[in-house]
Amino acid sequence: MNPVNYLYLAALLFTIGATGVLIRKNAIVLFMCVELMLNACNLAFVAFSRMHGNLDGQIIAFFTMVVAAAEVVVGLAIIVSLFRTRHSASVDDASLMKL
Amino acid sequence: MENLIALLIAAPLFGAVVLLCGGRRLDKTGHWIGTLLAAVSFGIGVVLFADMLGRSADERTLTQNLYTWIPVEGFQADMAFQLDQLSMTFVLLISGVGTLIHVYSIGYMEHDERRRRFFGYLNLFVAAMLLLVLADNYLLLYFGWEGVGLASYLLIGFWQHKPSAATAAKKAFLVNRVGDMGLSIAIMLMFTTFGTFAFTPVFGAVGETSEGMLTAIGLMLLLAACGKSAQVPLQSWLGDAMEGPTPVSALIHAATMVTAGVYLIVRSAAVFNAAPDAQLVVTVVGAVTLLFGAIVGCAKDDIKKALAGSTMSQIGYMILAAGLGPIGYVFAIMHLVTHGFFKAGLFLGAGSVMHGMNDEVDMRKYGALRTYMPVTFVTFGLGYLAIIGFPGLSGFFSKDMIIEAAFAKGGTEGWILGGVTLLGAGITAFYMTRVMLLTFFGEKRWQPDADGHEPHPHESPKSMTIPMVILAFGSVFAGAFFEIGERFLKWLEPVTGYSHGNPPVSAMTVTAATMVMLLVGVGIAWAMYGRRPVPVVAPRGSLLTRAARRDLYQDDFNHVVLVRGGEHLTRSLVYVDHSLVDGVVNGTAASVGGLSGRLRKLQNGYARSYAVSMFGGTAILIAATLLMRAV
Amino acid sequence: MSAIAATATSSGEAVQFWILGTVAVIGALATILMKKAVHSALSLAGTMIILAVFYLANGAYFLGVVQVIVYTGAIMMLFLFVVMLVGVTAADSLKETIKGQRWLALLCGLGFGILLFAGIGHAGLGHFNGLGRINSAGHVEGLAQLIFTKYVFAFEITGALLITAAVGAMVLTHRERTERAATQRELAERRVREGVQLPPLPAPGVYARHNAVDVPGLLPDGTPSELTVSGTLRSRGQIRDVSGEALDDLKALEQRSAERLGREEASK
Repeated sequence: MNPVNYLYLAALLFTIGATGVLIRKNAIVLFMCVELMLNACNLAFVAFSRMHGNLDGQIIAFFTMVVAAAEVVVGLAIIVSLFRTRHSASVDDASLMKL
Repeated sequence: MENLIALLIAAPLFGAVVLLCGGRRLDKTGHWIGTLLAAVSFGIGVVLFADMLGRSADERTLTQNLYTWIPVEGFQADMAFQLDQLSMTFVLLISGVGTLIHVYSIGYMEHDERRRRFFGYLNLFVAAMLLLVLADNYLLLYFGWEGVGLASYLLIGFWQHKPSAATAAKKAFLVNRVGDMGLSIAIMLMFTTFGTFAFTPVFGAVGETSEGMLTAIGLMLLLAACGKSAQVPLQSWLGDAMEGPTPVSALIHAATMVTAGVYLIVRSAAVFNAAPDAQLVVTVVGAVTLLFGAIVGCAKDDIKKALAGSTMSQIGYMILAAGLGPIGYVFAIMHLVTHGFFKAGLFLGAGSVMHGMNDEVDMRKYGALRTYMPVTFVTFGLGYLAIIGFPGLSGFFSKDMIIEAAFAKGGTEGWILGGVTLLGAGITAFYMTRVMLLTFFGEKRWQPDADGHEPHPHESPKSMTIPMVILAFGSVFAGAFFEIGERFLKWLEPVTGYSHGNPPVSAMTVTAATMVMLLVGVGIAWAMYGRRPVPVVAPRGSLLTRAARRDLYQDDFNHVVLVRGGEHLTRSLVYVDHSLVDGVVNGTAASVGGLSGRLRKLQNGYARSYAVSMFGGTAILIAATLLMRAV
Repeated sequence: MSAIAATATSSGEAVQFWILGTVAVIGALATILMKKAVHSALSLAGTMIILAVFYLANGAYFLGVVQVIVYTGAIMMLFLFVVMLVGVTAADSLKETIKGQRWLALLCGLGFGILLFAGIGHAGLGHFNGLGRINSAGHVEGLAQLIFTKYVFAFEITGALLITAAVGAMVLTHRERTERAATQRELAERRVREGVQLPPLPAPGVYARHNAVDVPGLLPDGTPSELTVSGTLRSRGQIRDVSGEALDDLKALEQRSAERLGREEASK
């Protein structure tokens, strides 16, 4: 098997995550989809690391995880406060950005 | 010495600032401050004059470069002054007569609660006029020119509570704008032609310039002069300007404002000398105005308006003389100076009469005032003798010189112009005699005013009579002083140049003819107004009289041609604007609006919807990248 | 781990990839298609664990372990925690409300995926160096050396980012009390003044048959009273209706007795 397949898998997972972001309304699920996209990127980074024969790719993946953690913390806090005020976790309810 | 030049302007300007910004606390002292600063300016002028006399004719021009006003590459305008014999003459006239009028106003405006402001405006007027005559380039001259326009607007409309005064001020301002446009176009033409607008380089470069361009510049300068000096066709504001307080009329007619046009033409002598066509137009304008003003002056019953007509006519003389070229420049200025004396005296006298007659201006309601106002009568009378050219008085010399110069133009032109000036002299004698007879002689024709107060004519206070006496003195002796030994000619010749021309008849003949015209004019006036009693209500009069009473239909002409025409033009422009311009604009706006309305639907507020757009955009970007790599 | 160095992998890794890869894709699809958030979270956790295995297979041992501990352990727990806060059972309607959104999303996703695949295929990534030589000096030591030398600034900055995020989360979820908390006495006085509900709220459940908190108590006339159920359950719509149960039981009893009687009649 060619290790390039890992990249194909990463691309597939990324696309699924992106589509999920577009079709789901629940903010929590939306966030999960974002996590899925990030994980797909990480897989690609790890595969690249193997391809180039150095550890830089893994370091980047490591940083991605840290940033993802920070993002999740803030994002979920936003969802909680949004739920408190609107009693709903649906992103479509927060549609005030129009005339 | 040259450092004093800026002070000439600075003194009255400082006065204007202090008086206009000083507020009520200066109400008690404001008129003294204003008068003092005008006098300071005159004093500096005298010092400079003495200094100038002490030098030889070649070294008399002083210049002072204060600072660079507009420092732009290729467009250099300096705040620079030039004081030569011509400017000096004007400085002394403006500040001298101006100071006398200030003194006169102390008495005349005594009961006006806005006297401080009036003196502020007067100072501003003097400062602007001094800036105009002292500038060493056309742009700075334009600055002073506009300053004069502003000050005249403020002063003519000083009694702004009277709608007629406010309208007259507006009229003067607007008519002046037309002339100012001429000046600005002339300056632009100069800049494109010569690359500069300072006097010396412009006059130096005249030789290398095409005559057509010089004619254009000259005509534009003439338009400017017509506006300021009330020459046909921009004469209509002068009569209405009588709505201002009488000292203002005196200032406008004698020392400032109307003389600016003459100054401009004489100053630009180099341009006009090289453009004979423009000169011809100048003389024609002068000749037409001369007769126009004289005819209007004959018919007016309002003493100030009669005098205004006479001013128009006298300025016509000057413009005509200035149009004659080197033959006439000196005499134009000489007549301007003597006219400054006697016209200021006449206006101040008229103001004095009105002061004693409850502000009545209709001469038909005067009569027999000579015993009630002896000082006014004598000073006014001397001014009258001067203006009609009584032998020995100043008007005699200066006007006679202009008539001689007009004949000296030579050829048919010379005969026509000479004839016109002679005729003008006769009419002048007629209408001035009429004013004199109606006002001071005959029987009392006084009427109670609207409130029923019977007028009690009385002599005016000292502050008013003393300036009148001084001016009368000038009216009597100035001409003789200038003429004996040709002093004035020698004084001005280095600046303006002089040539004798080729007079077809001897000077004595011309003088004799003038005398004849003078006697005829006085005689007719005497026959009409001296021998028989004057009706209080003006008779209907002949067609010409009626026309002259209406200023020869100048306002009707303006109304029909300019106002109506303007209205039609505006209406059609409005139509074009509504249908075409607005149509295009509104159409564009409507289509953009419609498009936006459709695009707005995309902004549904759903974050996911925006995310789709983003995602699709990313996909397109990647596709483009791949495509470019593949290509 | 010699296979890691090669261009082609061992057949063992191939088998592992194809099986676990399929499961990971199924997990990902389940994440975006499950109605309930908690199911989505569990599917995602599964996918993440499989990704951890793939990390290990690619020689990223440290990352694989961190993936399990931090991602699957901590972050997914955070997700579940929030799901619990918001409501475990609240199902998400999958019905699309924005016109054309789903089709556009699918179109974009499909196009994007095809483009990505085309890009990867186009890139010509044939040769794999493998990590054998790097990992030979110690895998974690190698990572540490990079983190603390080449990437030390990025490391510090991400540290600052984490602290900022923690503070941010606190600020966002913290509610400032603007007035003094009412004492018990004040609460009692207010209740008397309002006069809506003086005694304590009635208990849920019908003691005869039910004592669950999601079953409303019955009023004397037999109708259920929603007042008896906790406000949280009420707002989630999780009240269980048992009013018909007694009748159903009776009907069932009659049926059974009828059957029995019928049989007895038949046996006669």
